[in-house]
Amino acid sequence: MTSEENKGSALEQGVVPQAAPKSLEKVKHIILILSGKGGVGKSSVTTQTALTLVNKGFNVGVLDIDLTGPSLPRMFGVESKQVHQSVAGWVPVSVYNNNHNSNNDNNIKRGNLSLMSLGFLLGNRNNSVVWRGPKKTAMIRQFLKDVVWNGGDNDTPLDYLLIDTPPGTSDEHIAIAEELRWASPIDGAIIVTTPQDVATADVRKEINFCKKVNFDIIGVVENMSGFICPFCSECTNIFSSGGGSKLSQSLDLTFLGNIPIDPKFVEMIELQDNDTKKLIDLYDGCELKPIMEGIIDKALQKNYPARF
Amino acid sequence: MAPSRDIEKTQLQAPEPEHCPGPESEAAGKDDACQGCANQDICSSQLPKGPDPDLPLINKRLRQIDHKILVLSGKGGVGKSTFTSMLSWALAADEDIEVGAMDLDICGPSLPRMLGAEGESVHQSNSGLSPVYVADNLGLMSISFMLPDPDSAIIWRGAKKNGLIKQFLKDVNWGDHLDYLVVDTPPGTSDEHLSVTSYMKEVGIDGALIVTTPQEVALLDVRKEIDFCRKAGIKILGLVENMSGFVCPNCKGESQIFKPTTGGGEKLCQDLNIPFLGSVPLDPRIGRSCDAGQSFFDNYADSPAATAILDVVDALRDSVELNVSNLSI
Repeated sequence: MTSEENKGSALEQGVVPQAAPKSLEKVKHIILILSGKGGVGKSSVTTQTALTLVNKGFNVGVLDIDLTGPSLPRMFGVESKQVHQSVAGWVPVSVYNNNHNSNNDNNIKRGNLSLMSLGFLLGNRNNSVVWRGPKKTAMIRQFLKDVVWNGGDNDTPLDYLLIDTPPGTSDEHIAIAEELRWASPIDGAIIVTTPQDVATADVRKEINFCKKVNFDIIGVVENMSGFICPFCSECTNIFSSGGGSKLSQSLDLTFLGNIPIDPKFVEMIELQDNDTKKLIDLYDGCELKPIMEGIIDKALQKNYPARF
Repeated sequence: MAPSRDIEKTQLQAPEPEHCPGPESEAAGKDDACQGCANQDICSSQLPKGPDPDLPLINKRLRQIDHKILVLSGKGGVGKSTFTSMLSWALAADEDIEVGAMDLDICGPSLPRMLGAEGESVHQSNSGLSPVYVADNLGLMSISFMLPDPDSAIIWRGAKKNGLIKQFLKDVNWGDHLDYLVVDTPPGTSDEHLSVTSYMKEVGIDGALIVTTPQEVALLDVRKEIDFCRKAGIKILGLVENMSGFVCPNCKGESQIFKPTTGGGEKLCQDLNIPFLGSVPLDPRIGRSCDAGQSFFDNYADSPAATAILDVVDALRDSVELNVSNLSI
């Protein structure tokens, strides 16, 4: 039996500890983005959270563990990039390296942003990854163990590691919970939902999952709440409204805020290139930016302790 | 009834190792990954494997069903369940047709709510599990009928989900005859998809309906699902583009919420040579009907979205039913 299997069985038998994965040594905060439902905007919220934190000057890493449908490489416009192997392990793809950049408008130095996703390891973007559970579990373990996370170079810590997850409560989630069990303290999970009952029903399941695996819930974000018609400025609640705040009230969770539907954000994702039209610069003009800042400020106010 | 019963026939002593070929597979106990695994003896003692003993039972059940349609999408939240419920309502509107809907989204079952059957439970009898009937000719099977509490999370690894899917296919008693079985799936290309296609392979699946939304981030995942269908040998009946365009109820101005920057579903179909069945506009009333568990067609029969969906359903029925008549000639 390999050491990894030992870990798996040790967890099931409740036998104690093991050190955190070495790759997380330089990571100060870990935040998961979860939702029981698919297509509610986990990846969009992850993207925007990353951009907001980078704008605040933090060094951010993003790990995409949606193995069968990785969207983050596309979101950050780095689909064609490759992961490199170094002596220490896999080097995540650097999306923005602002070490030598001048300041932005607000005179706050932006942080660095790096991304790891299975999307980088696929030969062809149209190939499907048809994997059963054990293989997915192995891949996630490898992502957590073998990726060198740091804030740009070996001496800089990574302030935030955001983990984007697939929908559901299955292999990927069990795997990540098992791996992070040894990495505490982690900040916890941001739960994303859309307003309609069909979505909040699934999200309740995810919240129960968090309770079972002892992930603290940072708060609930309601995405796609309302669409403002560009012609008449009338706000229509396409997927009804208020589901997120109702959910957080009934379960006594922090409600972080509403994010309306903004087709311009989707457009920015498609328009970006990593040369003159960086997503992070385009995002400065996005109406969602101040809303997202409010949400992240609320989350940061909770003052989770750093891991070191 | 406890859903866990009957599920894991193979009692493994330890968790499966990385790259486990699966205890049911022919390579079980023989694969490279099996070397040194604590389960190797168990797996290899069951050799020679041969076909799954449950397969004849599954085939017997499935032979009573004329048409089997999978609703697939690589992406979550594009409207697979919504479309499955619409398709079921639309088919069941014809009183001569017996329809069954099966919800394979085990971690996030939505069909019971959308079909207005939340809180019901299934009953077991000699002839198997009885589905919940939401109309005289529309039966529904979902894991949520087996849960003690609607909020309880189903934290299952793949192998356990496979067991439940097998049970659904083997034990659910749809009656003597079923014209249509519509199978709703979770997003992705993983255990559920592999299991359902492999169990149903022998009897044959009429095909898959792919649901997508117009933006490239969704199409990216949908291409993967199409690749999966081709690898698994499932015919693609067609693709529906959902949430394409939104008409403001106030000023009737149309906006593209999920912009088809790369041409949307129609272009994808042209590129990959699959039938494009139509686009369904975003209509807040669809979501509301689903939340309430009512038929959108009954409530808003004349809306553009209802017409669009019915067109898709007609196209789908044509492709499925004509196929069979071709075969019988």
